[in-house]
Amino acid sequence: MKARVHVMLKNGVLDPQGEAVRHALGALGFDKVEGVRQGKVIDLELASGATEADVTEMCEKLLANTVIESYSIEMK
Amino acid sequence: MKAAVVVFPGSNCDRDLAVAFEQAGFDVSMVWHKDSVLPEGVDIVGVPGGFSYGDYLRCGAIAAQSPICQAVVEHANRGGYAMGVCNGFQILTETGVLPGALLRNAGLKYICRTVDLQVATEDSVFTNGYAKGDVIGIPIAHHDGNYFADADTIAALKDQDRIAFTYADNPNGSVDDIAGILSENRRVLGMMPHPERAADEGHGGTDGTAVFRALAGIVAAA
Repeated sequence: MKARVHVMLKNGVLDPQGEAVRHALGALGFDKVEGVRQGKVIDLELASGATEADVTEMCEKLLANTVIESYSIEMK
Repeated sequence: MKAAVVVFPGSNCDRDLAVAFEQAGFDVSMVWHKDSVLPEGVDIVGVPGGFSYGDYLRCGAIAAQSPICQAVVEHANRGGYAMGVCNGFQILTETGVLPGALLRNAGLKYICRTVDLQVATEDSVFTNGYAKGDVIGIPIAHHDGNYFADADTIAALKDQDRIAFTYADNPNGSVDDIAGILSENRRVLGMMPHPERAADEGHGGTDGTAVFRALAGIVAAA
């Protein structure tokens, strides 16, 4: 059983790395990019019986810092 | 007067912090991250700078879950004194002892130089050796020192006079130039600049000494 967790900076939190990527894309001539936000993907290999609630708890306690980050969970 | 300095794998300012405490008159013990209790009778806990656990996941995130950090949180919740410098500040925000978070520097670069700080309040055991408005030269050395908190938190920090230091010339994008903050009970300080690196003539400046001396004065009197 697997879960994939996406962690992104919350809207309204400045993402200077995303901004730098946007500038670099612009410099390469990709002029249709209006914004870039960079985040993390964390894949979890789970023992059978693990639930989405368990993964939510992991996100709240460690995988995301909810002061600045939001997360979403895909159970597979 | 007893101080404890926590040592994580990847800490690199632990001994500097210990020396600064010693020079102010504290007996210092070093505490390993796997320990689950602080030495008995500790007055202040120092959480040092460095790159605890290689900054994996987020700066300070793994350290905040270590056994000793649970003891540090309990110490702070009991009203004990604590100070986190640089990575120590990041760790204290990750534990929730201090509000907000430290983001990547707005200019994306690691910055290592001495900057001017303004003392924003003298009403704390850490800052009462200065006068409000004093400008002091303290080194910074960080990649993730861009202080962020939501508008309500920033308003509360201001209303409660909990901003300890601000940057005279904001180097990293921190909200409202914030360089250091205090807990609600004013007994926990978190700051990105390194007062322990400006605490000896050999450092090229001693503007940080007042933090440790003021703390020693209060603790000795208590």
